[in-house]
Amino acid sequence: MSETITLSVDGEEITIEPKRTVAAALMLAAERPAWRRTRFNNEPRGLFCGIGVCFDCLVTVNGEASLRACLIPAEDGMVIETSERGTR
Amino acid sequence: MSKENSVRQKHCDVVVIGAGPAGLAAASQASGAGAQVLLIDQSLRPGGQFWRHASEEHDADPGRWHHGWNTYTQLAKVLERAIGTGRVEHLSGHHVLTGERTGTGLGLTVQPVPELADGVRGLITVEAPAVVLCPGAYDRQLPVPGWTLPGVMAAGGVQAFIKTQGAAPGRRAVLAGTGPFLLSAAASVIQAGGEVAAVCEAADLTGWVPHGVAAALVPSKGLEGAEYISLLAKHRVPYLRRTAVTAIHGEQRAEKVTVSRLDRHGAVVAGTEKHFNDVDLVGLGWGFVPQSELVVQFGAQTRIDIDGSLIGVVDTRQHSSVEGLYLAGEITGVAGATAAVAEGRIAGYAAAWMAGYRVRGARQAAAAQRDKILRANHRAFARAMHTAHPLPAGWESWMQEETTVCRCEEVPYHRIRESTETLSAQEPRGLKGTTRTGMGWCQGRICGAAAICLAKSSGDQRKEQAARAVAKRPLAAPVRLSDLAESRAQTRPLKAP
Amino acid sequence: MVPAVNASDVLVIGSGAVGAAIAYFCALRGLSVAVVDSGAVGSGTSSKCEGNLLVSDKEHGPELDLANYSLKLWQGELAEHSHLWEFENKGGIIVASQESSMASLQRALRVQREHGIRVEEIDVAELKRYEPNVTDEAVGAAFYPDDSQVMPMLVTAHLMRMASEAGAHMWPYTEVTGLLRSGDEVRGVITARGSFWADAVINAAGPWGGQLARLAGVNVPVEPRRGYVLVTEPMEPKIFRKVYAAEYIDNVGSSDGGLQASPVVEGTPAGSVLIGSSRERGGFDTTFNPEAIGRIATNAVKLFPFLAETRVLRYYFGFRPYVPDHVPVIGPDPRAPGLWHACGHEGAGIGLSVGTGKIISQAVAGEDTDLSLEVFSPTRFGELTEVAA
Repeated sequence: MSETITLSVDGEEITIEPKRTVAAALMLAAERPAWRRTRFNNEPRGLFCGIGVCFDCLVTVNGEASLRACLIPAEDGMVIETSERGTR
Repeated sequence: MSKENSVRQKHCDVVVIGAGPAGLAAASQASGAGAQVLLIDQSLRPGGQFWRHASEEHDADPGRWHHGWNTYTQLAKVLERAIGTGRVEHLSGHHVLTGERTGTGLGLTVQPVPELADGVRGLITVEAPAVVLCPGAYDRQLPVPGWTLPGVMAAGGVQAFIKTQGAAPGRRAVLAGTGPFLLSAAASVIQAGGEVAAVCEAADLTGWVPHGVAAALVPSKGLEGAEYISLLAKHRVPYLRRTAVTAIHGEQRAEKVTVSRLDRHGAVVAGTEKHFNDVDLVGLGWGFVPQSELVVQFGAQTRIDIDGSLIGVVDTRQHSSVEGLYLAGEITGVAGATAAVAEGRIAGYAAAWMAGYRVRGARQAAAAQRDKILRANHRAFARAMHTAHPLPAGWESWMQEETTVCRCEEVPYHRIRESTETLSAQEPRGLKGTTRTGMGWCQGRICGAAAICLAKSSGDQRKEQAARAVAKRPLAAPVRLSDLAESRAQTRPLKAP
Repeated sequence: MVPAVNASDVLVIGSGAVGAAIAYFCALRGLSVAVVDSGAVGSGTSSKCEGNLLVSDKEHGPELDLANYSLKLWQGELAEHSHLWEFENKGGIIVASQESSMASLQRALRVQREHGIRVEEIDVAELKRYEPNVTDEAVGAAFYPDDSQVMPMLVTAHLMRMASEAGAHMWPYTEVTGLLRSGDEVRGVITARGSFWADAVINAAGPWGGQLARLAGVNVPVEPRRGYVLVTEPMEPKIFRKVYAAEYIDNVGSSDGGLQASPVVEGTPAGSVLIGSSRERGGFDTTFNPEAIGRIATNAVKLFPFLAETRVLRYYFGFRPYVPDHVPVIGPDPRAPGLWHACGHEGAGIGLSVGTGKIISQAVAGEDTDLSLEVFSPTRFGELTEVAA
């Protein structure tokens, strides 16, 4: 499994193994433990339940907002926008 | 609403919701009896949370992360064959939004999981005479100072990550909460190359002593436990009993963990704090919460199980109080995958029977008998386990005024106390209305257990009402307004028996 | 827990916003007050609505007077508590998307203005300044600066807390099963927790008010009129006022029994958007009506196209206490002396609660009321025999 895929994360390209979820790509390759800020306290949030229950890991993928990063299989060319500096 | 949008008609007798251990068993049994089965599951691959795995092209040996993998591969093979013959339709990457009784059967609204949908939109309505609901469970959580920091995860989430990614979501972990699952999660971290600084078990484990017989009925569980213990010993991982993580520290992510001893009532013993530095992963789990919203939507009878979970009431055939609705797996009481498989088979058989597919014979009778014994033994084991691993009654002793209880709406502990003390919010619904606890994205799935405790609902009946109020989610998942707007005429009528 | 004999000056049946407001204003006056509710505080309609304080949907007459009077209280003697219940004087906008509806809106405006409602007609450019995300189909609109919003559950819980602090006693999970009578007089109520005696027994049971009146043998034709509300994911503010379509006013004023739906869309301080509304009469029907949900969603997307991609996290429905003439029932019932009514506020109960509470407290205390109770009289519907219920 030497092949890799490339994602864009907030404009930066990262190269990952194709089996990654978007959450895993952010954590393992982009070294981003958090990719969202809470709307009241501006706290960083990342992966919590890991199985689609808690909605803490929301992210925008290819322009579609509010998707759970833990559930999305990463695909070559995906454009990921986090709101770590926003206030979603 | 346009006609050309309406989905093709399907012949189907039994709908199975969930493709975990119970759902796979139910689908294989019902289709084996001759019924047309629609299997709806939110993941792309079958297996549920228990057998969650990467696809074969990405992981040549997914079995190495799993227990009971042989059972999975057998069930998966049966499923694949039944899909091949057209007996089962596997609607993967879909989840059920609503379930209700219709005049003629049971009705469901189903939508593609947006994260997996690849542009497919719209809702599907399904009606069938029999539904086997196998929704599984997720980690139960209790809040603790610092638990919203990145790097703090559900213990089950840690394991799910490892099973699908083949790597740990952190370098050095502390696992904490209660129950044997913590050991399983710790073993996964080690197996994935991570380090485990400690496993903190809130119970003192003497609770197991009176239940030796129940444990002996399920030798496989004992063996599994022994494997974990010896793995932890080999890696010199401290297994700290009557200990809880009582604070997690860090600026932008978890960096350090405080653990404390608990007294007999599960309250923190002052002065017993210990620190684990250089920890970037904390896995928390206090048992499991069955996904009960569809049971509540259907209006089926529920009760509070020994572990405090809201579960569906079923008869010996796994039939609920709602005609045609069968329940199997954790939704009838958290008891693990083996019980779930046995219940799934019983339910699948009964649902097919109800739909008119009746298989009789000595082999069938013997198999059914074996399933009933398996179910009974594993249920007895589960009762022993729940008794030995209770939620610590004194958990509020580690809360601080500002500790977040509801993660979605960022409701701090003190606001909940103010509400219960001065705004007469003595039940979760009042708490929700006055503080927004449970109103956010997760709809109270994560903070629900804490909300029930904090609302101080007392008495069994009041407790069940409180748990039902928390589980009352008219939509089982978020749905786009455009999908609701267009949903009305899209139906998928199914053949009556 | 319950004293053997519970006696008070005032007994309020129902702890919704109206019951809580009555308890508060009565207790403030020094009257002894007990409140009983079959469930938890505010667990009926008050926890299943939107918290509208509207003048824009009122026709001239007693309801408008009560709305204006209430608004003065919200912004006057209760203003110091505004932050507790997220009071927002955000203003309301009625959007017309067709020339014909604009014409009828203009006709309505003229009448409303004559009766003192503050309203200004605004053109599309102004509308877009108020609501940049509103539909491009809009042809015109009206802006009502006095329309306001509160969080209804917080209103109810805090009014009840303030009532308790003034000496009122709250009895949740205490269902009224019968009335204590002495001839025609009503002297108190019977509950599973014992009897509660009172000089004034006040029916603030909302949509259940009709049933309660029947216990006393009198006709107060309050019926439930179901309404759904959809709640979206939290978001950055994109909707700034209470925004509805011109058809909404017609539906509020109609008595049609079938399903009616017209869009009412508003943001909340917590970030989620509340989307209504539907109206159906069919008793306390709790079965799911996908038709209502679908029509609400369709209407909302027409008004704010960006909502198409917005996710709904949950919906709820409540039962408005509907009366045929859309005027609340407030005051003593001469047919059953000792019994008072304060119900039938339909979709306006949160907004009208404080005005209702205050004039009831004045009347119970034997003082002149700030508004005449005559027009709200419970006897205006005729005798019980007329309703074939």
